[in-house]
Amino acid sequence: MIREGYLNGLVLLGFLAVPLWALIADEPFTITLATRAAILALAAVGLNIALGIGGLVSLGHAAFFGLGGYAMGILAFHAQTFAPLELGPVTITGTKSMPVIWGVAVIVSALAAWVIGLLSLRTTGVYFIMITLAFGQMFFYFAISWGAYGGEDGLSIYVRNGFPGLNTLVPIQFFGVAFVALCVALVLQWRLRASPFGLALNAARQSPARAEAVGLNPFRLRLAAFVISGAITGLAGALFADLNRFVSPTMFSWQLSGELIILIIIGGVGRLTGPVVGAALFVALEHWLGGLTEFWLIWLGVILLLIVLFARGGVIGLLTGKAGPHV
Amino acid sequence: MSEAVLATHGLCKAFGALVATDDVSIDLRPGEIHAVIGPNGAGKSTLIAQICGSLAPDAGRVELLGRDVTHLSTVARAKAGIGRTFQISALAMEDRVRENVLLGAVGAASKGHRVFASLGSDSDLSARAEEALSRVGLSALAEARCADLSHGQRRQLEVAVALTLRPKLFVMDEPMAGLGADGSKQMTGFLDGLRAEAPILLVEHDMDAVFALADRITVLVYGRAIATGTVEEIRRSPEVREAYLGEDP
Repeated sequence: MIREGYLNGLVLLGFLAVPLWALIADEPFTITLATRAAILALAAVGLNIALGIGGLVSLGHAAFFGLGGYAMGILAFHAQTFAPLELGPVTITGTKSMPVIWGVAVIVSALAAWVIGLLSLRTTGVYFIMITLAFGQMFFYFAISWGAYGGEDGLSIYVRNGFPGLNTLVPIQFFGVAFVALCVALVLQWRLRASPFGLALNAARQSPARAEAVGLNPFRLRLAAFVISGAITGLAGALFADLNRFVSPTMFSWQLSGELIILIIIGGVGRLTGPVVGAALFVALEHWLGGLTEFWLIWLGVILLLIVLFARGGVIGLLTGKAGPHV
Repeated sequence: MSEAVLATHGLCKAFGALVATDDVSIDLRPGEIHAVIGPNGAGKSTLIAQICGSLAPDAGRVELLGRDVTHLSTVARAKAGIGRTFQISALAMEDRVRENVLLGAVGAASKGHRVFASLGSDSDLSARAEEALSRVGLSALAEARCADLSHGQRRQLEVAVALTLRPKLFVMDEPMAGLGADGSKQMTGFLDGLRAEAPILLVEHDMDAVFALADRITVLVYGRAIATGTVEEIRRSPEVREAYLGEDP
């Protein structure tokens, strides 16, 4: 059994070691896989703040992932066609700058999370799951019918967006960008969990009546968590779109929301690096098992079942010997 | 007589045909322990829920320090000075004992929105939490997980969380429930001293504790307050004996 702090360090070092090895071995595709895992992990870290600490099982986080993706797609599309975006009186020129795109992705998904949260956080349990799912599906069908940006076929972006001082088309450099974003999100979650807000959010999940009795409003705590959570998942969406240089309605699909939950359950609900372990395993299985059989998801299902039945704290819980999420 | 800290005026609450609270007017004065007793189903918990704000009355008012709080939320009433303990411990079971009292301190200091502050380095919060723990005698268990506490220790922790709020009054729903004879005695002694700090509205089944502690007692039967008075008056009241204490007059 290993202490969780050390394990978190080992997980991140291991995560870093794979693409570095691939760089030396000249396996650029492995670096791309690692980048994919880092970005999915980032999206799941976002969800983990709402789900793991706040207890909000959102089946609509693909909405934020997709919004981040389309923020990137739309801005880059207008940059590559040199056609400014006319929004009534406002005219926005496109951009190929990652920091600008990230800012837009974060703001747009945070706003969406605020609105969705205001409405859906009035419910709990299965109703909350269903309402978030419904919001996700609304975005999905909207994207499908939005012909201006490719509709069902999606939108291709020819050149990867730029980051000052980096050549983002070099796989290892783009991995670095995604990995740093992931680490920043992890530090944010760690700080958040050790803050008065984190304590209150975690307590409101366990005993809402207690939080109210000491003068803390569970609804506001959850709304704040949902907004932070949506913003991080939105950032991941922008990076994901940049990785694929392609945006499509599948980024809004409920399967993606489900996958994010699965990543968290595999790694360990509420655990700091749970989503990282989950995403790494998911991408590895998708690659290896997916190469052997097209029914690889069955085996993912078996693994998920085993974890739910025998390792309630996910992989992190199994390795630390503690089922509960404690910092 | 000094002004009441807490008062209800003609509170009524019915669930369908069942009248759980029937025109109840009680008050809590500075420095006193006012016990509410009554057989099971008399509407004690319903009354507490209306006082603390988790249930809206059909009619009547709740006044806190002379201010009408009938339409305020539970959160707002907690901020206005109600320190509540629950009949069934409502603690964050996964968390440590210290974190549970810290939660009270965070709520009392209105710091629940601080996302980037560090709990560990906030000495105001930890001082307030430590003080509450030491007062109920749980300091040694500060790092224990709440789920690992004995029932009696959880009752103590309930009180400690309420202490962190430094409330204007306490509303305690059966703080002795499930405590052994020793625990009950200890809690009785503690509450006896606490009344000087803030008055206590005490719902309790343990009659020894009630008779030892209460300055005044209100007897609820079928939602009605059939009598209010000192311990002696209640002991002697023939109605109360008939309705509740089950003795022949």
